[in-house]
Amino acid sequence: MELTGAEILVRCLKDEGVEYVFGYPGGAVLYIYDALYQQDDVKHILVRHEQGATHAADGYARSTGKPGVVLVTSGPGATNAITGIATAYMDSIPMVIVTGQVHTWAIGSDAFQEVDSVGITRPCVKHNFLVKDIKDLATTIKKAFYLATTGRPGPVVVDVPKDVTMHRAEYSYPEEVSIRSYHPVVKGHPGQIKKAVDLMLSAKRPMIYTGGGVIWSGASSSLTEMTRMLGYPITNTLMGLGAYPATDKQSLGMLGMHGTYEANMAMHHCDVLIAIGARFDDRVVGKVEYFCPEAEIVHVDIDPSSISKSVKVDVPIVGDVDHVVKEMIRLLKEDKRTPDQAALAQWWDQINEWRAVNCLKYDRNSSLIKPQFVLETLYNVTQGDAFVTSDVGQHQMWAAQFYKFDKPNRWINSGGLGTMGFGLPAAMGVQLAHPDATVACVTGEASIQMCIQELSTCRQYGLPIKVINLNNRYMGMVRQWQEFFYEGRYAMSYMEALPDFVKLAESYGHIGMKIEKPSDVEPALREAMKLKDRLVFMDFITDQTENVYPMIAQGKGHHEMHLSPERELA
Amino acid sequence: MRHIISILIENESGALSRVAGLFSARGYNIESLTVAPTEDPSLSRMTLVTRGSDEIVEQITKQLNKLVDVVKLIDLTEGPHIEREMMLIKLRAAGDAREELKRLVDIFRGHIIDVTIGTYTVELTGTGEKLDAFIQAVGSTAILETVRSGVSGIARGEKSLHL
Ligand SMILES: Cc1cc2nc3c(=O)[nH]c(=O)nc-3n(C[C@H](O)[C@H](O)[C@H](O)COP(=O)(O)OP(=O)(O)OC[C@H]3O[C@@H](n4cnc5c(N)ncnc54)[C@H](O)[C@@H]3O)c2cc1C
Ligand SMILES: Cc1ncc(C[n+]2csc(CCOP(=O)(O)OP(=O)(O)O)c2C)c(N)n1
Ligand SMILES: [Mg+2]
Repeated sequence: MELTGAEILVRCLKDEGVEYVFGYPGGAVLYIYDALYQQDDVKHILVRHEQGATHAADGYARSTGKPGVVLVTSGPGATNAITGIATAYMDSIPMVIVTGQVHTWAIGSDAFQEVDSVGITRPCVKHNFLVKDIKDLATTIKKAFYLATTGRPGPVVVDVPKDVTMHRAEYSYPEEVSIRSYHPVVKGHPGQIKKAVDLMLSAKRPMIYTGGGVIWSGASSSLTEMTRMLGYPITNTLMGLGAYPATDKQSLGMLGMHGTYEANMAMHHCDVLIAIGARFDDRVVGKVEYFCPEAEIVHVDIDPSSISKSVKVDVPIVGDVDHVVKEMIRLLKEDKRTPDQAALAQWWDQINEWRAVNCLKYDRNSSLIKPQFVLETLYNVTQGDAFVTSDVGQHQMWAAQFYKFDKPNRWINSGGLGTMGFGLPAAMGVQLAHPDATVACVTGEASIQMCIQELSTCRQYGLPIKVINLNNRYMGMVRQWQEFFYEGRYAMSYMEALPDFVKLAESYGHIGMKIEKPSDVEPALREAMKLKDRLVFMDFITDQTENVYPMIAQGKGHHEMHLSPERELA
Repeated sequence: MRHIISILIENESGALSRVAGLFSARGYNIESLTVAPTEDPSLSRMTLVTRGSDEIVEQITKQLNKLVDVVKLIDLTEGPHIEREMMLIKLRAAGDAREELKRLVDIFRGHIIDVTIGTYTVELTGTGEKLDAFIQAVGSTAILETVRSGVSGIARGEKSLHL
C-alpha cells in the first residue's frame, strides 16, 4: 500500500522502536504532525521552545543509551534547535533531528521560513541529509539512526521538504543499511592491545583515566573488573562520572580544572597513563607541556581523530572500549606476570597522602547555606540513586564533586559546549524514560532562566522533576573568574531583577519552596522527595561568595592547583 | 611541509562543502583543491594541497576520513608520485615578441591554442614549479591573464586509489 511521506516517516520511527519524539509544529511539518496524530505508537512531547526539544531528546539518550529524536519545523524551528544539536555534537550524543523544509521547488528562493538547514547544521552534526525524493525517505531515516548510534555517536539531521511528506510511495523499512564510506572500527588491534598490557604491567605508578566513551560503550562493568584486577587508581572526566563507582576506594574522583587534588596529582606523577574513552580535553589536560610529564600513555578510543590530537600517545588503540577492555582482561588473566605490588603499595601511600588534604572540605559551620552542603544532602537524601541533570556553572562542578555516582548514565550534563539552559529540558527526557526514578535538576538562577518555559511542558506531562536551584544571585562561575583574573570587577555577572521562583513555579502549576537556612536544607529535601508525583522547585538561597575548588587556572599544569584559601594556608 | 592528499568522495551535492567547511572550521589551509567525477560517476576524485606540521597533517587526514562522504584517501607525498597542474595563460604577443614567445612556449613544451594579432593563449602542463618558471620567463608585462587548475596527483607504479 502506498503511504504519504509523512506516514512513512512516522512508520520509520515506529519500526526503529522510537518511544518519544520531542518537537514543535509549524507549516513545513504539518503533514508529519497529521500523521503523528493518527497513531499511538510514537508519542509526541510538545515542548515550549525547540532548544528544549533537543535537550530533552539528549537527556533521554544519555540516560538510556538509545537515540533521542527531535521534530521541528523549517526556518526558525531549525535555528532554535541549533544550540541543542551543537550540545549533543560536542558530547557525542546519538540523536536524530528531523527538520521540516520548504517545498523542493522553492528551495533556494528565500521562501517563507526557509533556511539552509543542511548548511547551518553541517559543522555541528555527525552527518546530515536533505531528502529530495520520497523514494529515498525510509532509507535515509535508517541511515540516520545507523550513523547516530554507531562508532562515535553523534547527532544526525534529516531535512525533509514539505512536498516529500505529501507525496505517496510504497513503504518498506530496510532491515539494515551499509554505507560504503563508513566502517567504524570495533575490535582493537591485537598487537597494540598486547603492547598496552605489557606497559600496564610494567607500571610503578599507574593511573587509569576514563571518560564518556566508557559510558557509550556500555563498558562500565568490564572497566570495573579490570580496574579491580589491577588494583590501580582510577579517575573519571566530567563526562565519565559513574562509569566506575565513585564510592569505591580505587576511585580518585574527577580530574581536571575542578578535579580533586589526588586525581590531578596522581596524573602529574604517574609513569603509565591508561586513557580509555576520553578525549584529552583542554579542561582536563591544562597546559600540554606539563601534562603527565613522566608517563607513557595508552589511549583507547573509537575515533582515530581523538588519538594524539592534543597529547601525543605511545600506544594508540582504535576500537570500542568494551571490546578492548575485555581483551585486556583476557590477556591479563593469561599472563603470569602481575603488577609490581611493592611499587603499587608505595604509590597508594603517596596517593593517600594527597587524599588526606581533603580538598573538597568546606565550612560546615556557616550560617549561610553552602552549595556543597545542599548537594551532599541531596546525595544522602536520595541515597545516591537519583538521575541528576545539571546546567552550567559552579553548581555543575559542585554537583560533579559532591554527588557520588556509582552507576553510569545517571549524571547528565553539557560538558563540551557548556550549554546553560540544558538542565531542565534534559531532566524531562530523563524523567520520561524513567518514570519511577528520582530525577533532580541541579541549576543556578541564571541557567534556569534560559529554558524556564519548559516548566509548562513538565506540567502538561506531569513530570515530577526536583529542581535544585542554587541561587547565589550571581553568574557564579563568571563571578569566580572575575574575582581571580579581573581583580574583582564583576562586570554584568550580578543577577538583578530575579523572579520570585516560588510564585513562578506555582504559576506553572508546580510546588515552590524557598530555603534560606542551613538547618532547613535536609527537611526541605526530604519533603520534596516525598512529593513523588509533583514537580518541586526548590530555591536555595546560598552563600554568594563561595568558589569552586580545587581549581587549575587555564594554561597551568595539574601540579599547580589552587586549593580553597583555608586549605592552602594549612 | 607540503602535502598532497587524494580523496575519493561521494559525488553528491554538499560533499565539497563538507571538505571546504572542515578546513575553514579547523583553521587548516588549502593551497589548492581540484575535483571532478571519476570513471564511476558516483565518485569524485579530489586532490587537495595543504601545508602543516606532521601533527596537523595527521589530524587533517583523520578528520577527512571521518567525513561520512569520504570513501578513501591517501597522502600522495608519503610515496613516489606524479603531480601535474594545467595552466591557460593569455600573453600580449605583438611584433617582435611573437617569435620569442613562441620559442619559450616550445622550450616549456606548451601549446599555443588560440591566436589573435596581439595575443597568444598558451596551454601548459607540468608541476607547479614549471608553471611558475614559465610565468617568470615571460615576465609580468606580457601576461594578460592566467588560469591554473590546481594540482592533480597520482601515485607512481602499481599503487592506486580505488574502491
Ligand atoms: C564549567 C565547566 C567546567 C569543566 N571542568 C571540567 C573538569 O574539571 N574536568 C573534566 O573532566 N571536565 C570538565 N569539563 C568538561 C570538559 O569540557 C569536557 O567536556 C570533558 O572533559 C570531556 O570528557 P571526555 O574526555 O570523557 O570526552 P567525551 O566528550 O565524553 O568524549 C568521549 C570520547 O570517547 C570516545 N568514544 C565514544 N564512544 C566510544 C566507544 N564506544 N569506544 C571507545 N571510545 C569511544 C569518543 O570518540 C571521544 O573521544 C568542564 C565543562 C564545563 C562546562
Ligand atoms: C548559553 C550560555 N551563555 C553563557 C555561558 C557562560 N557562562 C558559563 S557559567 C555562567 C554563569 C552561570 O550562572 P548560574 O546558572 O547562576 O550558575 P552558578 O555559576 O552561579 O552556579 C555563564 C554565563 C554559557 N556557559 N552558556
Ligand atoms: Mg548563580
